[in-house]
Amino acid sequence: MDLIFGQFVAGLSYGSTLFLISAGLTLIFGVTRVVNFAHGSLYMVGAYVASTITATLPSTPLGFFSGLLVAALAVALVGALIEVVVLRRIYAAPEIFQLLATFGLVLVVQDLVLIAWGPEERFAPRAPGLAGSVELFGAFIPEYTLFLIVVGPLVFALLAWLLRRTRWGVWIRASAQDRETAGALGINERVLFTSVFALGAFLAGLAGALQIPRETVNLQMDMGILVEAFVVVVVGGLGSVTGALWASIAIGLLHAFGTWWLPQSTLVLIFVVMAVVLVLRPHGLLGRPQAEASAKPPTHLPFVPLPTRAKWLWLAAFAVAALLPLVVGDYIVVIATEMAIASLLAASLHFAMGLGGIVSFGHAAFFGLGAYAVALAIRLADAPFALALVGGPIAAAAVALLVGVVVLRSAGVYAAMLTLAFAQILSSTAIQWVDITGGDNGVLGLWSSLPAALAGELGFYWLTLGVVAASLLALRRAAVAPFGFSLRATRDSALRAEALGIDVARVRWLAFAAGGLFAGLAGALHALQKGAVFPTALSIPVSVDALVMVLLGGLQTLSGPLVGALAYHGLSTELVRATDHWRLVLGLAIVALVVLFPGGIVGFLRRRFEGKSR
Amino acid sequence: MTTRRELLALAALSTPLSRTFAQAGPIRIGEINSYSTIPQFTIPYRMGWQLAVEEANAAGGVLGRRIEVVSRDDAGKPEDAIRLATELVSNERVALLAGTFLSNVGLAVADFALRSKVLFVAAEPLTDALVWEKGNRYTFRLRPSTFMQSAMLVEEAAKLPAKRWAIIAPNYEYGQSAVTSFKALLKARRPDVEFVAEQWPALGKLEAASTVQAILAARPEAIFNVTFGADLPRLVREGNLRGLFPRVPVVSLLSGEPEYLDVLKDETPKGWIVTGYPWDQIATPEHAKFFNAYYKRYKDNPRLGSVVGYSTFTAIFEALKKAKSTDTEKMIAAMRGLAWTTPFGPVVFRRIDHQSTMGAFVGKLDVRDGRGTMVDWRYADGAKFLPTDAEVARRRPAEAQK
Repeated sequence: MDLIFGQFVAGLSYGSTLFLISAGLTLIFGVTRVVNFAHGSLYMVGAYVASTITATLPSTPLGFFSGLLVAALAVALVGALIEVVVLRRIYAAPEIFQLLATFGLVLVVQDLVLIAWGPEERFAPRAPGLAGSVELFGAFIPEYTLFLIVVGPLVFALLAWLLRRTRWGVWIRASAQDRETAGALGINERVLFTSVFALGAFLAGLAGALQIPRETVNLQMDMGILVEAFVVVVVGGLGSVTGALWASIAIGLLHAFGTWWLPQSTLVLIFVVMAVVLVLRPHGLLGRPQAEASAKPPTHLPFVPLPTRAKWLWLAAFAVAALLPLVVGDYIVVIATEMAIASLLAASLHFAMGLGGIVSFGHAAFFGLGAYAVALAIRLADAPFALALVGGPIAAAAVALLVGVVVLRSAGVYAAMLTLAFAQILSSTAIQWVDITGGDNGVLGLWSSLPAALAGELGFYWLTLGVVAASLLALRRAAVAPFGFSLRATRDSALRAEALGIDVARVRWLAFAAGGLFAGLAGALHALQKGAVFPTALSIPVSVDALVMVLLGGLQTLSGPLVGALAYHGLSTELVRATDHWRLVLGLAIVALVVLFPGGIVGFLRRRFEGKSR
Repeated sequence: MTTRRELLALAALSTPLSRTFAQAGPIRIGEINSYSTIPQFTIPYRMGWQLAVEEANAAGGVLGRRIEVVSRDDAGKPEDAIRLATELVSNERVALLAGTFLSNVGLAVADFALRSKVLFVAAEPLTDALVWEKGNRYTFRLRPSTFMQSAMLVEEAAKLPAKRWAIIAPNYEYGQSAVTSFKALLKARRPDVEFVAEQWPALGKLEAASTVQAILAARPEAIFNVTFGADLPRLVREGNLRGLFPRVPVVSLLSGEPEYLDVLKDETPKGWIVTGYPWDQIATPEHAKFFNAYYKRYKDNPRLGSVVGYSTFTAIFEALKKAKSTDTEKMIAAMRGLAWTTPFGPVVFRRIDHQSTMGAFVGKLDVRDGRGTMVDWRYADGAKFLPTDAEVARRRPAEAQK
């Protein structure tokens, strides 16, 4: 009995913490439609500022808790600043493009915090006044745990009051429901967005600050919490604060009892919960179907066959790429190989995302599947290299066909989070199924199975270049074929597409599988190039990199992912070599690119060179 | 006249000499570590090797050549480390590679070393596979491995009366292999023990309240802890508050390292039996020399990473001196059986598996002046905590011994 009670309390306190973190995220998304990757960063800044402020204030309950509040207010200011300086300029950009800006901010904040506070972890003293524990039903429960259990619902009550009883709250709800009508009724969107963002940041900062009596403040806490916060928001239903509360409590309790009954499940538990909820309720617990893209569908010119001159240009670019190794050293060849693989990964994501509007936060799943399929075919079945290379993408596509059935029942961010859940489940399989996958230590020594002609950097580069070029051509061909046009029709208006006789579900499903196929091919090449595969191939950073490359290049053009991949990979690999503060520089560069070229690099170039005639 | 002739002779001599010197140029060493991902560990490590390089260059370099280190940040990704290794070898023309902290990054670079036939001196990765199952002839590893550190703790754990053991370990390779070794070694010594509970929190995401509750529920008589980093302080504070510590004795891997004690400060759990580095109490001349030089240079005390960084590079310099060359084969021959002195005392790179015999300090945690420290400690020589040669030969590929 005391045990069940203890786990119950533990689950509630974890749930309460989860709610504090996700409340701000869901508010921000509900109103501004910004997928705020920087939410974890705001949480981290809150914790750092709080640890510094509380250290200077007197160690009394008043001093301590006012310190936490001041820290949260400081973070609210940072949030407002971010909104005004960066996000406000790009609301007009295509859907989820803001994600790119917030990703840039994540990098910037990581480095700034390192510069400001140094690398050491900080462990604040226990909260004054709540430093001990009390005995309840035979279990010792820390006072601070009980306090946290109260804080979550308290913050929820305040938010509910704010949203339901104040004029500002009415504006927020109106704007969340229908932004355009709200605007037409005279609600000042600018002020509203800034204030919502500041409130969301305040909550993130408060959540971070409240953690300092429980855990260390460190430089890894931003990404750690971000994914969990997203899961809660999606399970609860995007934009629903009440949903976030229920989702937090449910996940908190499931986690507490789940790790007790099945201790090995920690890596996947939360994602399995999310997947199950989204399969049963495609819009989360309390979410409503989003109004059919209330904002403008992205103006997207129909593709036209390339003019002959452009064809020659592409051919020349290919020739230059093919002849490159004759003039540069091994290292540049390696970079060029990686760039080609990255382009293919980006193009595979773009196919479903740019043309079909199917966003994926877990594209690494197919990349990693391709990589692992190759690795295991070689390691376990002694498959010849060529067979393994073909098998990788086929395995990825087969799985994509299966997963697509589930994922595509949801839409937008929900579908994206389902792909993430799937990728995380695969990743934890790779980590825990040590006998087969080698666990974290990965599968090594794949290079020894390469035929002699491909074992060197040069041979493999030409192979990659050929495979990637052919794949990109195939993707382009599919995009300008009737299939591609149907796919774009399903994205712009599923209803009209249906009316035209397009089998919407089937088209989207096949597009998703095609994305999986080519991501798997990229993964297969990656495995053979590196000569080894690790669970990192399935990890969130790979998915994020793929997203960043696509968005950077621009969603609206077929050459976007290629250019985005070259720019991002080139920039990040060179900056790592050039400076210790590569994240700061890279982050600032991304933010600058987003603000200057909200259509992506290629979108910008195209407008620049083709004039604004459209 | 004589002076003039002498001068001419000198000039005649010195010209070719200085030319060969210039041709030889500095010895370049490629270094890779996760500087941006886990700076709390890798930055003290970098300060350690930088000190070793400065000392070597102040003493006229190695083999008469200056030491130049080209250092790279792998961002915690093994794939990136492979690319950077290529860059260091083919672009920067380094003579050998060194570094790494994370086990999978270490294995990735080791695999690259095998593929490219380059010497790699792994500094910090702990995985047993690096020198055993996945070992290769180009890779050497300095720090005592997961197996060695677990074995050191088993010796102490077996002395405890406890029969009911619980385990808390991070859910990835390091945790998995530490637990496997610990269980097997403890069972061998104490057939009467049983393992009654296991908790496997995701790395960096330990949910302390439910973990501690679940452990308490099993009513263990002792606990083996492998968690570290951000997870450790959470566990300690929650365990203190819930009456788990100090009631139940804990045997804990690495927790005595200053990297962790610096964070825990006055909350350091007294009485935990740990492996670590009591930097403030070691009185040997080797350590005093290192400590003074380090403190003079940085005005800060060394962490364990500092010792590892410093020792890795002094080992490399000694190997270069012994090999009298930067040829990979000659360096490997020199590294095998290389004996040199680290701040922890004399250490050897074993011929049989390229593992160094560097040890660790085993003792109990205590709090003094509001800081965590170790008491009742002794130095456990790594050489004594390795499996039999037959066992090593069974686990290590035969080609690695050629």
